[in-house]
Amino acid sequence: MAGNAQKMPAGLRFAASGFVIFWLILAAFPFIWTFWGSFKVELDFFSLSDWTNALTGERTRAAYDRPFTGAGYYGSWIQEEFWRNVINTFIVCFFVVCTSLTIGTLGGYALSRSGYRYTFWLLIAALIFRAMPPITLVSGYLLPFFEWKIWGILPTTIIVLVAINQPFTLWMLHSFFKNIPQELDESAKVDGCTQFQAFRRVIVPVMWPGVITTGLFSFLLAYNDFAVTSMLLSESNRTMVPEIAAYLGTTYTEGNVMFAVSAVVSASVPLFILVMFFQRQIVSGLTAGAVKG
Amino acid sequence: MRHKTFFWFFLPTATAMLLFIAAPIVSVVIQSVFAPHEAVFIEVESCTPLVGCKTETTIDQEATRALKEAQPLGRFVGAETYFNRGHLAVAEVRELWLNEPDWSSFFSRLGNLPFYRAMAFTLTFTFVVTPLVIVVGLMVALAVNTVHERLKGVVIFFSLLPFVITPLIGALVLFWMIDTRGILGTAAQWLANDPNLSLKASTGMMWISLIVYGVWHAAPFAFVIFYAGLQTLPFDQIEAAQIDGASRFQRVRYVVVPHLMPLITFVALMQLMDNFRVFEPIVGFNAEAHAQSLSWSIFNDLGGEVQQLSSAAATSVMTIIGVAILLSPVLYRTWRDNRRAA
Repeated sequence: MAGNAQKMPAGLRFAASGFVIFWLILAAFPFIWTFWGSFKVELDFFSLSDWTNALTGERTRAAYDRPFTGAGYYGSWIQEEFWRNVINTFIVCFFVVCTSLTIGTLGGYALSRSGYRYTFWLLIAALIFRAMPPITLVSGYLLPFFEWKIWGILPTTIIVLVAINQPFTLWMLHSFFKNIPQELDESAKVDGCTQFQAFRRVIVPVMWPGVITTGLFSFLLAYNDFAVTSMLLSESNRTMVPEIAAYLGTTYTEGNVMFAVSAVVSASVPLFILVMFFQRQIVSGLTAGAVKG
Repeated sequence: MRHKTFFWFFLPTATAMLLFIAAPIVSVVIQSVFAPHEAVFIEVESCTPLVGCKTETTIDQEATRALKEAQPLGRFVGAETYFNRGHLAVAEVRELWLNEPDWSSFFSRLGNLPFYRAMAFTLTFTFVVTPLVIVVGLMVALAVNTVHERLKGVVIFFSLLPFVITPLIGALVLFWMIDTRGILGTAAQWLANDPNLSLKASTGMMWISLIVYGVWHAAPFAFVIFYAGLQTLPFDQIEAAQIDGASRFQRVRYVVVPHLMPLITFVALMQLMDNFRVFEPIVGFNAEAHAQSLSWSIFNDLGGEVQQLSSAAATSVMTIIGVAILLSPVLYRTWRDNRRAA
């Protein structure tokens, strides 16, 4: 509507800009507020007397001589050993992304290159699997995992998250591979390559933009998961999100809410960095599914 | 591609999905028709000199354990779990149906049964949040489309944040703000001029907060998709409509919205499925006293002090049926498109 924008009446234009600003505040303010508040003491962040204390840090100054304090971060990272959960999260995410991209790439490539009718039914099956709420699957895992004594450890969670990731990964990579001209691998096959060689030598070098986009979404799914990680990991192996949920039960009684606040801020930082660097890929990934219909 | 090649390419992902998605679905169905063993009781006659003999009934620990080991699934109960008070509560519903004088008392008593309470919130959340997400997303997309080219990147960056944030963390961030001592809670008290107002204490307020969270979290998704759709607007049609004297609103209503219709359908179907599994915000908002969803009941059954696997399994099966009903239009659409393309 670029051409139309110039012709917009001033009033409407003003209203539209106002609405955009309003939306930006809505989207960003909660994060800025929590980030700022995480450097305060609890009586400032949850101020009974005066809400401006959360801005100025009245009580924080009384306690620490400065309007900012890292006490919440010290409490969660050192005292409660949140760093262990951070490491667990990154182990889980790394292996989930690598595994699910490896097997997803092979599967998605095969789906895009096979002309047979069963590929359609496989994609439909994947769509059905994609719609299953993870928590319903979790209630199916628990009993067998207890029986086989593989409950509570990271590898089990990783493989489960990989599987839950697969339907989405397949759909996305399928549509990316569809956009890579089939003539490329056809000609490689004419030159004497097997299908796998054609894939490895011709397709792999050109597939990275699609793979990176898909990988981002795999990462987000593994990083943001709560249902699977909270039910399948033992206390000592917890990742960040279930650990934060576990804080809540205890902190409200012990008055250590600031531990939870600082843990929440710490856990959202990687996501902010991700959006900052991969904004374009995230947008293209979101729209890839939609535009295909 | 030949069948054999396809098979080897597809084998790893198919194995993963069969083992960890298809098999658990079968597993929940099986678990839902079994219930835990009842403890085995034995009568022990204990005789004490002078007092005499008495028989006591105690749990036979050994026999109970042996039974558990012999049949780890429990005893077969058929559909009993589905019909008990914790789920469809057939007997209770029939009683209410026969005894309650009018509709409103019938429904309010029905809302006290856990499954129907969870169902009521899940459906309300799904069917309120989904249209709101579409409307808000469309409004933001139209507004952002008018701002200066340079600003768009910044706007999209901030807009994506509520969407990529971990649902539990996003819910917590909002929850701390609506706390009576948080900034929004204080603002609400000031606006309502009631220093004792607590958004957390009333069921209605809690439902509204959860719905606001739902819209806040998902609107960026709709926005991004609609915004991409706006980049392919048919300018000649808009111009033609303008020449024909269509007002700005009419142009949006009769040209832009129909152009975006496939995307709106897509967002609606995705959102219906995703909102139906609403779960994390209830944990984050600590709202279980006021709002429960199907996913939350499963979580609660699994994570409670006594794991109620068969109860969780029965709720899971019913959730899956709900998802299947919501999914059927998507499947039909995909099948139709595919047939048309073929």
